[in-house]
This record gives sequence, structure tokens and C-alpha cells, in this order.
Amino acid sequence: MKALILVGGYGTRLRPLTLSCPKPLVEFCNKPMLLHQLEALVEAGVSHIILAVSYRAEQMEKELKSVEKKLGVTITISLETEPLGTAGPLALARQHLTKDNDPFFVLNSDIICDFPFKDMIKFHKHHGKQGTIMVTKVEEPSKYGVVVYDAECGRINKFVEKPQEYVSNKINAGMYIFSPAMLDRIELRPTSIEKETFPDMAKDGELYAMELQGFWMDVGQPKDFLTGMCMYLTSLKQKNSNQLYKGDGVHGNALVDPTAKIGKNCRIGPNVTIGPNVVIEDGVCIKRCTVLNGAHIKSHSWLDSCIIGWKCVVGRWVRMENVSVLGEDVTVKDELYVNGGRILPHKSIGDSVKDPQIIM
Amino acid sequence: MMLKTIILIGGPMKGTRFRPLSLEIPKPLFPVAGFPIIHHHVEAAAQVEGMKEVILIGFYQPNDSLNRFITQAQQQFKIQIRYLQEYTALGTAGGIYHFRDQILAGNPDYFFVMNADVCGDFPLKEMLKFHTSKPTGTFCTILGTEATRQQSLTYGCIVENKDTNEIMHYVEKPETFISTTINCGIYLCSPSIFTPLEIEFKKNLEQNYNDDEPAFGCDYNAAPAKEVIRMEQDIFIPLASSGKLYVYITTQFWSQIKSGGAAIYANRHYLDLYHKSHPERLAQNAAGQPKIIGDVFIHPSAQVHPTAVLGPNATIGKNCVLGEGVRVRDSVVLEGAVLQDHCCILDSIIGWNSQVGCWTRIEGTPNDPNPNKPFAKIEANPTFTNDGKLNPSITVIGSDVQVPSEVIILNSIVLPNKELSGCYKNQIIL
Repeated sequence: MKALILVGGYGTRLRPLTLSCPKPLVEFCNKPMLLHQLEALVEAGVSHIILAVSYRAEQMEKELKSVEKKLGVTITISLETEPLGTAGPLALARQHLTKDNDPFFVLNSDIICDFPFKDMIKFHKHHGKQGTIMVTKVEEPSKYGVVVYDAECGRINKFVEKPQEYVSNKINAGMYIFSPAMLDRIELRPTSIEKETFPDMAKDGELYAMELQGFWMDVGQPKDFLTGMCMYLTSLKQKNSNQLYKGDGVHGNALVDPTAKIGKNCRIGPNVTIGPNVVIEDGVCIKRCTVLNGAHIKSHSWLDSCIIGWKCVVGRWVRMENVSVLGEDVTVKDELYVNGGRILPHKSIGDSVKDPQIIM
Repeated sequence: MMLKTIILIGGPMKGTRFRPLSLEIPKPLFPVAGFPIIHHHVEAAAQVEGMKEVILIGFYQPNDSLNRFITQAQQQFKIQIRYLQEYTALGTAGGIYHFRDQILAGNPDYFFVMNADVCGDFPLKEMLKFHTSKPTGTFCTILGTEATRQQSLTYGCIVENKDTNEIMHYVEKPETFISTTINCGIYLCSPSIFTPLEIEFKKNLEQNYNDDEPAFGCDYNAAPAKEVIRMEQDIFIPLASSGKLYVYITTQFWSQIKSGGAAIYANRHYLDLYHKSHPERLAQNAAGQPKIIGDVFIHPSAQVHPTAVLGPNATIGKNCVLGEGVRVRDSVVLEGAVLQDHCCILDSIIGWNSQVGCWTRIEGTPNDPNPNKPFAKIEANPTFTNDGKLNPSITVIGSDVQVPSEVIILNSIVLPNKELSGCYKNQIIL
């Protein structure tokens, strides 16, 4: 089987992290975001994965070579010379997707959930039509485009963009499985799969919806990245709790790489991910944060809802909160307060950031 | 030579800019560098040879804290200290005139007058030498210092004869620039000062009689006390150019203490003065002791964990408890306060018996004088900006306040006896 992952452009929403690292390689819960999807796809029997990218990322290609070997899959990069939206890349990769008559997966690259790929195949084969999209329940459907479908069989009737009156609480979860015949609907030009292709398929009765069980999050921006991390760790606790950290000072769910060093009298968690080679000195409190490879957090600091980039140094008695994001190799001097700061790579911060702002 | 010192300590309606700290104890007793503000005055006075007595004049009801201060200071400085209570606020000279018999008892040659809301390295001996070198019949020498042109407008301004130091012109808080020489609120008077005081007093009395035609609807309670005399406006202004008023200019540290921010500024300077006057009061680095950066005063009864880092400019009061990894800089922690592990206190005053939780950050914004501007004094910022927002200032935590763990209190003022439950920024918490 095959899968196409819509990686897209520069990942601007996840800056400043994506200034140093292509978004699919940014570690989410100590594993590159893309790898979460690749592993689940391979598990479901996918052997050829096409990455639809609209910019050349040498770093990514190099990284993928080792992943190919490790997972035993073929990874093809399908490069757009101009951005083709969410449907155009399917047309571009048509030659790969039509090698055989098997259905293929299409995924948005920012999605984190318990990927139900095997169930999707089953469901798709059962109804036998051109497409299946996963849907997930949301609390405030008026913020999204919702999917209206037959609760019994799953056939989609229509899509409603930001409904003012309640019609459904299910939204497109960004994961699909299609039969190759569906490709005849897509031309090689910038096209939106959500706005153009899907309504067309629904009209013809060729599109079905399957409800996703468990958690789901689009982690393409820092705030949701952290929310998604909390969900992922909660799910990990239920399914694979032996992977969670059990050292001193842990409160709730925390994922800590074995090469990380944690000092005395720290409070780690709930909902913390600490990457490889991280050093946490004595008396540090970290809650709801991701600390990436090689970062160094000095004594007595307090971090809540932050992403600490690779090789950053956070000084002593620093307070950071409110979705502050440090790019790669940022230094925050002792005793500062960073409130919702987005700090670009290689900066040294010597003054507090008392209100949310971007530090160039 | 026989000398006395009068310290004008004001009363409970004064010092409002120092609230909420002045709700707890009279502002003159607020500790700076570990000792009450006027302790530093008394110490300076006691060092002048011939000083027989220190008289505190004010309109506070007699109270425990004042009594305790007097007892303690008498013992320490081996000098008589008395508190004379005005029946109402009599102005900066009215109280002196009212208690003239007490002041003149024993025939002092001269007496100092010190306002309690200033601090500094008071050059009292130099003032005395200066004053006695002036012609007999000189009423008063004012301690003066340099200010910036702009800041001079908020002080009493003095124009002197550069050759003789005689005061040619005096004006209180002028609207336009007069002089960068300002009045420090420290005076040395000859007993003959009572002559112009008496004239002023009698003039007031006469005026009040003439004005006191029973006007219909007149509010007798609100009428000012007949004895009010203001030293600056009523005495200095008319005496300028009379040859009886001189200014002695100091270049040593001097500042007003109007706000909490000024107390932290004063704290830094008094700690610095300890190098010369009381080096034993400054904390030293030693193995197994908290790390000290710059000038720090720790009361001997305070318990500070060896992993704490203090200073520069930190004062830790009596019986305070500081846990592991506590950080205190540019702050005053008052008696009985408890700072729990890893908390960080910057540019703040922590009130008596208050508690600060683990990993909590208490931070203010200093309004120290611009160090690049010669003679700049601390700015007397209004509490609110023109658009009604709180002006960033130091953070003041009143007494017996509970600050929970892991919060931030930024640029805020917390009134006493509060149990906070979250973060506060740029707020006054009633």
C-alpha cells in the first residue's frame, strides 16, 4: 500500500522552531512529527510513502534515508515547483499512486492521534466507494468546517464552513483513504481538496466519513503542539505507561529521554517531554513543556507551557510561561521573566519579555 | 558646647505614598538597611560631640513601636531621647515653637532639625563647624545639595551668595527654574531662631482673630490650627537676604524617602555606607553560607538556607526564613517573612510575617535615579499614569499576606492580610 503525506511549505506557524528544522522533523514527544505517522503507516502495511513538499529540504532528505532503512519502506519526495494546495499534490504524484489498484492514504502532516489506519482500510473496503475521510468531534464546531453525514452508513451529505447554527460537531481530521479512481477528479493545478474535491465527491455519493476514536490534534502551531503533547502523554499512560518517566520529582505524565540529566529537588510534570542530552539542574519546576535535544535549564527556574528549542540555555531563576517558544540555541540570562515570547534562533536574551512578543 | 537634635516625624495622615507599609508602623520607623529610618538620624546626631538630647516631634499617638524604638536607641547611643506629641499637625516649625521651652531647657548652644523622610550621609559635624564660623546672630544653616534643573522644581530651591554661602533667595517648589541647589530638610539652628518663629506665631494669631468674624456657615473643625508655622514658606522665604540664613552644600549621598521605591534606593546607599561605618553589619561569603553578591544585611536571627543567593542590595529582617535556592535582589524582606524554596524576589518589599510560596516570582520595577545624569534624584512618579494605568513601581507585599506557590506578582501593591490565589500584574490588590 501507499500513502501520501501533505508536508507543504515552510511550517511558518511553528516558527521559530521551523527556522532551524523542517517541520516534519521537529520532535513531538521525543520523535520527529513525521515519524509518528510513518511508523503507524508501516504498521498498517504501507510500503511506499510519498512526501508532498513545496520546498527543498536537504536536511530532511538526508534524515529520511536512515528512516527508510530503519522502517524498511520506500520514501519518495514529490516536490512542487509552485504550491499546489491540498489536492494538487495528488495529481503531481499520480504516477506513484496508480502503480496498482490498491487504495492509498493521504494525511496532513500536522496531525497527531492514535492513527487507526487498519480500521480505515476495513471501513473503506466495506463501503467500496472512492473515498473515506476521518472525522473527529469538536466542542465548538462554529470555528471549523463541519461534515454532515449519515450516522448509520457514514455517507457524507455536505460540508458546511463555520456553521452559525448547529448542523454537526464533526470536523475533517485531515486523514483520508482513497481509491485510485478518485484521482480522475483532480487536475494538476493549485486546488483545495477540502473546498473543491470533497464537495464534488459528496455530491456523487462517493465520500464516506468514519469517526475517529480517542484524541486528535493539529499540532502545527505552538499552543496546539503543547495541547497535543498533553493528549499524547495521556494516551501513552493508558496504553504504554512503562515508557513514562518514573524518576524522582515527577508529577503526572512525563516523557524523559534516558540521556537527559535531572538534578535534585526538581518538580517535573505534569505533561512534560524532555529530549536527549538535556540537562536540568537542581530545583527546577517544569510543567506542560517540551524541552528539545541538548537544552540546559539552570537551577531554580520555573517553566510552564513553553517549548525550549535545541541547545538553548535557560538561566537560573528564570520564569517562562504562556506559550513561550525558544528557537535553536537561545540563551535566556539569569532571573528573567519571559511571558509568551517567541525568540528567534541564536539570540541571547538579557531583558525580561513581560508581554507576548516576538524577539528577532 | 551643648547640642540637641529635633527629628520631625510627622503623623499618621502623612506618608500616604508609603502605604501600605505605613499602615503598619509609623513611616519613620520603617527599617532601611536593617534599622528604622530615624535610627540612622539618631546615630548621626549621637556622633556629634556635645549632643545631649534627641527630641522627636510629631502627632502620632504614643504607641508601642515608637516606645520600643526610643528605649532601644537610648540604650544603644547612651543619649536621652523623648517624644513630644503635637495636639495636631503644627507644620514643620509650629511644633518646634510649641515645644520651645523643652527645646531650650538647659540652654543648648545650637540644635539640629532633621526631617524624618530624608536619608543620607548627614554631615552634621561639618554643618556645626560651618555654622559656628558664621557671624553671631545667624539663625540657621540649611543643608543643601545639587539637583538637576528639572527635578529642582519639586524641592525647596536656594540661591546663595557663592562667596559667603548666605542665602539670597529661597522658594519652595517653584514653577520655573530658580536654582539647582535644593533644601535637604536638615537644619542647624541657633536658639535665636525662636525670634522669627515668635513673630510669625503672633502674626498668625492676630490674623486668625481678624479673620474669625463669625462667618455664616463657617466650618470650625476644618479651620487650620492657629499655631501652624511652616519652616520653609513662613520662615526661610522672608529671612532670605537678611544675612541670618546660610546654606552648607553637601556632595554626599542624600535622598528623600517618599515611596517604597525610595526605601529600596535608600537601602542600597545605607548598606554602602556600612562599609565605612559598620562593616560588621554586611554579610560575608563563607563556606556553607548563602552566596552574597554585593552589599547585603542579614539579621542574625534570620535563617537562610546555604543555597540561597542574596544581593546586591538585599536586607533580610529579624526571624525571616529563606528556603532552598531562594533569590533576593534589590529588595527588603521584613521581620518574620517566610520565603519558600526557589522563590525569586526582585525590586520588592516583602511585608512583615508574609509568606511567599515555592517557585513564586515577586518582581517590581525600580525607579532609581538615572545614573548617567549627575545629581539626579529618585523620581516622585505619581501612582497612576495619565491614562489611569498603574505606573510601574516596585512591588510591595503588605504584612501577613500569603502568596501561593508558582505565581508571579509583578509591579503590584498588595494590602495587608490578603491570601492571594493567582498571578497579579500592575495592580493594587485591596
